[in-house]
Amino acid sequence: MVDIKTENLTKKYRNLTAVDSIELSIEHGELFSLLGVNGAGKSTTIKMLTCLSKPTSGNAFILGESILTNPFFIKEKIGVSPQETAVAANLTVRENLEFISGIHGSNNSLSKEKAAQMIKKFHFAKYENIRSKNLSGGWQRRLSIAMALISEPKILFLDEPTLGLDVIARRELWDVISDLKATTTIILTTHYLEEAQALSDRIGIMSGGKLTAVGTVEEIIKKSGKKNFEEAFITLAGEETKQ
Amino acid sequence: MKILVFAKRNFKEIVRDPMNLFFGIGFPVLLLIALNTMGKNIPGEQFTLKQLTPGITVFGLSFMSLFSGVLLAKDRSSSFLMRLFTSPLKSHDFIWGYLLPLFPMAFIQGVICFIAAVLMGLDFNLNLVLSFITLIPTSFLFIGIGLVCGVIFNDKQVGGICGALLTNLTVWLSGAWFPVEIVGKTFKNVAMMLPFIHSVEISRDALNGSYQNFFIHLIWILGYTVVFLSLAIFLFNRKMNKD
Repeated sequence: MVDIKTENLTKKYRNLTAVDSIELSIEHGELFSLLGVNGAGKSTTIKMLTCLSKPTSGNAFILGESILTNPFFIKEKIGVSPQETAVAANLTVRENLEFISGIHGSNNSLSKEKAAQMIKKFHFAKYENIRSKNLSGGWQRRLSIAMALISEPKILFLDEPTLGLDVIARRELWDVISDLKATTTIILTTHYLEEAQALSDRIGIMSGGKLTAVGTVEEIIKKSGKKNFEEAFITLAGEETKQ
Repeated sequence: MKILVFAKRNFKEIVRDPMNLFFGIGFPVLLLIALNTMGKNIPGEQFTLKQLTPGITVFGLSFMSLFSGVLLAKDRSSSFLMRLFTSPLKSHDFIWGYLLPLFPMAFIQGVICFIAAVLMGLDFNLNLVLSFITLIPTSFLFIGIGLVCGVIFNDKQVGGICGALLTNLTVWLSGAWFPVEIVGKTFKNVAMMLPFIHSVEISRDALNGSYQNFFIHLIWILGYTVVFLSLAIFLFNRKMNKD
């Protein structure tokens, strides 16, 4: 079953084409990583798929519904962890989790139950009653990701989720993401190539707003004619900008 | 349900900031005590509790603009609002979620000012209750001004505009504790075309049991309130549907 399908998805800002006629299809339970240098169009693509921004032309279908005509259906089914940490500063860790659960429609007792599960899963027990503004950057990021997961989304968008995390926290998060695979469709953007390699079923490389390659790590290496993934990425990620 | 979850979060964010509590409640009461004490040594009516209480309460209500504006601007600048835009909250959930928690705050603030005045010697009677009720539209007005600023400006700019400029304008243009005539005829004419002086005068008139100009004052206040709340809704919807 296809969870995400784009048709000529395009976004233009005056003379700049940020995303250029992307055609993409992502299966249910797949972990798809979107890679590219800064300004390649990854975040703009995510913004359109999460209904934050309307395409200039083209369309995208999430779980069969158009981002243009049925954004509220889509918003009920997705979870988003934005690039910047987005938590309510004066709420505690537990309150942040309960809040997000509540705005996704859970009642009080269900929100408490779900928050308790997240606290356990993300090892927040020591910090659950601390206001999020007093957490370190790494813990705030963990909380931000836990907030994206608490609504049990069918599709999860993780925009550079491990940025600012230490090695151990990053590995722990990889485990959490791996556990979600198969049941949740995940779209991940990252600058860490080893992260994309370790977690992804398929990878898409963007350059100058275009999708220059899509496939498994091996397929991408083969396509580029290079020896390893890093060299393949450098070749493919620079393709459009050189032209 | 979702509105209440969001409103509860916003209420907590505001009341957990000690500066908000000081400026919202403590400062106006301190000012009332100081000016009333000073007034005992100055001949004339201007510094009596009957004159001061409505003026100081309106001045205190002007801080509602600061609270609503800073909260909204912070949510925007921290990406928290962007996260919420990917949730199933609709535009009316957002507007009511930001408005609702400020009504009880404005109410509590007004009650505390009036209780302080009664404790200092102002007669408690029906006129006092009516004088308090006439301030309700003014609280809507200041919340509306704050939301407009919160949509347009960042939190630091809102701090300057609502925390310094608006509070000063409210004092100068309302005759809160000195008559606008002192500054000149033109200044008075300008003041009469703005809502602040009408907010103070309608409350003073009610305190004195005088209702000749009740509807004139009310029209000015309601007119500006409708304009600012409509503008806040329009600008917020535009921000939500940007692109």
